[in-house]
Amino acid sequence: MSGVKLSGVMKSFGETTVIPMMDLQFDEGEFVVIVGPSGCGKSTTLRMIAGLEPVSAGQIFIGGNDVTWAPPKERDIAMVFQSYALYPHMDVSGNMSFALRLAGRPRDEVKQRVRLAAEMLELTEYLDRRPRDLSGGQRQRVAMGRAIVRDAYCFLFDEPLSNLDAKLRSTMRTELAILHKRLKRTMIYVTHDQIEAMTMADRIVIMDRGIIQQVGTPRDVYNTPVNRFVAGFIGSPSMNFLKAQLTGSDGLRVRGKGFDIPLNPRLSKAATDHSARDVVIGLRPEHFSVEGAGGTRSSLFAPIDLTVEVAEYIGSSQFLAARIDDQPVTASIEVGPDSAPLESGEYLFDTNRMYLFDRKSGMAIA
Amino acid sequence: MANPSAPPATVSIRPLSPYFFILPAVAIMVAGLVYPVLQAFYLSLFDWKIGTRFEDAPFVGTRHFVRMLTDDNVHESIWVTLRFGFWTITIEMFLGVSLALLLEKPIRGASVFRTIFILPLMISPVVVGLIWRYLFDARIGWINYYLGMVGIEPQVWLGDPELAFFAIVFTDIWQWTPFIFIIVIAGLQALPSEILEASRIDGANWWQHILFVKLPMIRSILLIALLLRLIDVFRALEVMYILTGGGPGRATELLSLHIYNRAFETQQLGYASAISVLLILIVFGLSFAILVAGNPMKEKSDI
Repeated sequence: MSGVKLSGVMKSFGETTVIPMMDLQFDEGEFVVIVGPSGCGKSTTLRMIAGLEPVSAGQIFIGGNDVTWAPPKERDIAMVFQSYALYPHMDVSGNMSFALRLAGRPRDEVKQRVRLAAEMLELTEYLDRRPRDLSGGQRQRVAMGRAIVRDAYCFLFDEPLSNLDAKLRSTMRTELAILHKRLKRTMIYVTHDQIEAMTMADRIVIMDRGIIQQVGTPRDVYNTPVNRFVAGFIGSPSMNFLKAQLTGSDGLRVRGKGFDIPLNPRLSKAATDHSARDVVIGLRPEHFSVEGAGGTRSSLFAPIDLTVEVAEYIGSSQFLAARIDDQPVTASIEVGPDSAPLESGEYLFDTNRMYLFDRKSGMAIA
Repeated sequence: MANPSAPPATVSIRPLSPYFFILPAVAIMVAGLVYPVLQAFYLSLFDWKIGTRFEDAPFVGTRHFVRMLTDDNVHESIWVTLRFGFWTITIEMFLGVSLALLLEKPIRGASVFRTIFILPLMISPVVVGLIWRYLFDARIGWINYYLGMVGIEPQVWLGDPELAFFAIVFTDIWQWTPFIFIIVIAGLQALPSEILEASRIDGANWWQHILFVKLPMIRSILLIALLLRLIDVFRALEVMYILTGGGPGRATELLSLHIYNRAFETQQLGYASAISVLLILIVFGLSFAILVAGNPMKEKSDI
């Protein structure tokens, strides 16, 4: 038993190549979230693991077995679909027990397992209802129940929460995390929502245009994105990117329209080794601050002039839609709940939190 | 000058206005459907022959309806209709559903085959009757010709009670299987793909997939198709009229054909009207069943 492994997997539909080449290892018992914009190939990847879509080349291993050409039912997987995909003509217990009944399990065992799953998901009182008589959240739970009773080696989730409202979604996120702790199964979860990825994943796989951009823990991908795509995709609100030039010889600085910021020693060293002078700097909205509240003027905090267009009050922080010279930036600044609306002026940016990317390749300079 | 701050004038709808607007449609319905039905019912109370003055026709009240209950000829034609309905609909449903399941996948050439396959449905029933009358013809028909090639004796298809019944069943299947086929294939193609995939992941094999997932999900469509065919069986007339005229004897005389023969062969217009009232009641009952079975799309919307 060794988790799920994709080896040299390629997928094309006719002339169109969706996934040029992919190697990916999911460890046993791990919760991995595959995240990316729509059309990046994440769902296709999941469907290839499920056996719903044949690979064009490469191999897929589940639990150490080569299942590349095995039908879905021989892969020891369970799947939860975006639309829940419940059987409308069966009641809740019928939906949950369908796989077990097909497998010809003894009636007592089927009953027992459905009962346990229903208890886990608080569905006991709905067992004899039809899906159409359930709310969205309940249907979602039935879909999960259907996966749980299978006790499969690997669970696959295809954007399972995207049809729920925001509040229910965050509840279900928590429940899923608890479920994973309990079941300790390999779970592969596909979403376009980076918050879901950040909150639930042991590891995140970020994909764009069929190519894996980065694989890492939520902390890794947030703190050390390998390229501009990952940096912009992970984090909410997303990172600001500003064109800049590297200047100076020892103690490098980045200079652009409306700012001139010294690099910290780490970036300065990395940038010295880098040949190109044209760069893009990345500033996360949450790393702006004002003097006195979170920021202190020192060599670490660089002053930047922001022209504030709108300051939105959201409780303990304010959300700024602003400009640096003529480039739009967003900033999220913690100032406490009693603060007056922030105005244009000098703000501070933590230079240790700055990112540097090559302008041409988009790769991080670090 | 309109004052912009004044409240907008309320548009009041008189309670009777909606009825005014549906009046033309209702008038056409009444003239085309309700009036003839009522007229038939009225006619069934008289014993009238074509060519005589209706004023002279004797009023017989409900005597025709009483007679109908004990009339062996009526019973026989109802029995023929039911037997005809049983065989045609059973085989049509089986063939139509099977073909729909086979041709549902978008394989190369499927659309061409589908088009060819529904052609019988587009041919006028009179033409269908003529085509098959010549095909089944004992002397010049192709069917006997090809049977002869494999060494089977020529049969008097339309002259033998058993064979004539077989012939009308066969013709009806040929003509109406496509109807089931299109309805079912439309239903199958509207099934949400994720549910079908879920059943594959749940481990359903080919026949379990069809029997436990696909067919139950289109069951209301199947029911509608079944009821529509049942109504059609009671209305079927042209093909059998041309193919056999109800003969030999009464072997292929469906209820509607029986009514026709009563009215125009034996001139019993009043009695024929009484039987048509029975026919209307049967068809009405079946149509009502369709309404109760409900809109097949209604269930779909909240999967």
